[in-house]
Amino acid sequence: MPKRSTPEKSDKPASSAWGISRRFFLSQMGATGAAVTAGALISQVTETRANEAPVATADRSRTVPVNFTINGEEHRMMVDPRTSLLDCLREQIQLTGTKKGCDHGQCGACTVHVNGRRANSCLSLAVMHEGDAITTIEGIGEPGALHPVQAAFLACDAYQCGYCTSGQIMSAVALLTEPCGPNDADVRELMSGNICRCGAYPNILAAIRQVRNKPQT
Amino acid sequence: MKTFEFTRANDVAAAVTAGARSNTAQHGAISRFVAGGTTLIDLMKLNVEQPATLIDINRLPYDQIEPMADGGLKIGATVRNSDLAYNASVQRDYTVLSLAILNGASAQLRNMATTSGNLLQRTRCVYFRDTAMPCNKRDPGSGCPAIGGTNRTLAILGGSDHCIATNPSDMNVALSALEATIYVTGVKGDRTIPIDEFHLLPGNTPERETVLEPGDLITHVTLPPPVSGSRSYYLKLRDRASYEFALASAAVVVVVADGNVTYARVALGGVGTKPWRSREAEAALTGQPAAETTFRAAAEAALRDAKPQSENGFKVELAKRCVMHALKVATQA
Repeated sequence: MPKRSTPEKSDKPASSAWGISRRFFLSQMGATGAAVTAGALISQVTETRANEAPVATADRSRTVPVNFTINGEEHRMMVDPRTSLLDCLREQIQLTGTKKGCDHGQCGACTVHVNGRRANSCLSLAVMHEGDAITTIEGIGEPGALHPVQAAFLACDAYQCGYCTSGQIMSAVALLTEPCGPNDADVRELMSGNICRCGAYPNILAAIRQVRNKPQT
Repeated sequence: MKTFEFTRANDVAAAVTAGARSNTAQHGAISRFVAGGTTLIDLMKLNVEQPATLIDINRLPYDQIEPMADGGLKIGATVRNSDLAYNASVQRDYTVLSLAILNGASAQLRNMATTSGNLLQRTRCVYFRDTAMPCNKRDPGSGCPAIGGTNRTLAILGGSDHCIATNPSDMNVALSALEATIYVTGVKGDRTIPIDEFHLLPGNTPERETVLEPGDLITHVTLPPPVSGSRSYYLKLRDRASYEFALASAAVVVVVADGNVTYARVALGGVGTKPWRSREAEAALTGQPAAETTFRAAAEAALRDAKPQSENGFKVELAKRCVMHALKVATQA
């Protein structure tokens, strides 16, 4: 998996009929749109840095600084204080593996790990994560070196449309280190925060069972 | 979401001072403390809450669970629900609290939600959460369309002509049965509030949900020493098996000696406008045989004043059976 610390380094165009991927096309469209307002944003950032208060504050027109680690890489950035961790990951850092489902903590599609524990990134403000270590679906494995849970999801066909899958996998990875009982019912209970509209639950359960039954490396 | 000023509180005094600038500590507060954010940020996205200032209290030293000299337990305000539920002392001595928390929300949300935030969890009433609708809690005087409207999940105990919104917390129900005490620091110093007096009935002022004033910061909660020989249980009944709010729940702490109930604490969730301690049920239990007839009498006593709404008459019998079954489980040897 390529490191994706900046938008410029990411989004290598993948092959398609026109030699351009949907994601690459959309990201370039986004960059063109953003250029129009870049001037205004840069002035705000400069002003905030010059007047940085002892505690992080922002008035109503300014962005605020936040520093955290994502998948092992440090990120220093300016965010609107309203930005959820989810939107920050997806829109500012271009890590689009984490999905937005309900945006209200009801579906689990946005699940990431914060300091090793799973959390709903939609119900958390990016600015609240100063100094935190965040892991997203992009950070747990890569093609050729899948996380055992990713491999098990593939082997067990644990998804249909795939939209909830990254959240399901992040929850399942966390579950492996949580106080979860040995039975399927225990797994179902601890996976209940991740909703799958396709109803792939039996296969998700099978994937998690497969990983739990194997000796951990 | 309306924009706001974000402040990270590095010490308690700064947090209290910042909080004290608010117009109120109740609905519509212009200044809000944030810890887990699982309720507040949700409501800010809906524009139900629109604070001008957000004060992050996660850096304050309130993230510990500590035994107390008297044998009780001190639980910090920012202790995460999952840490509390899986704490060995809590699981052993205050089982009902561990069960209640693990019956609430999801593993992700429990990793985020805190002790103090759960105490201040807001109702799930659909009218409260929809700014296009009237709601006396959100917009005092605008009316309560839940009365006669969509009220299947709403309260049958403690409601008024102005509001029937349910307190959705599971943790609060267990804390009520455990007779927890809430410690608050504020501009006038420190004070303690028994949990039974912390939440307010809606009455004529449903926008007032707790006794908190601007600048009041919950620092921790204490539990009295576990009652010798007691057993406890939390039973939650809901529309799906997990990750759903209670239609009815019961937290019970009981001591049975020689076949008789010698100590009983009973609290109900999902049915009250506040966490519903039932001293009536406790009186019906104490001194009586630990048997089904006693449990039914306690359940009847707990729901005697129930006022079902147009869609939730089923809750009366459901809550009774919930109390009875919780007592049955807790008193089984």
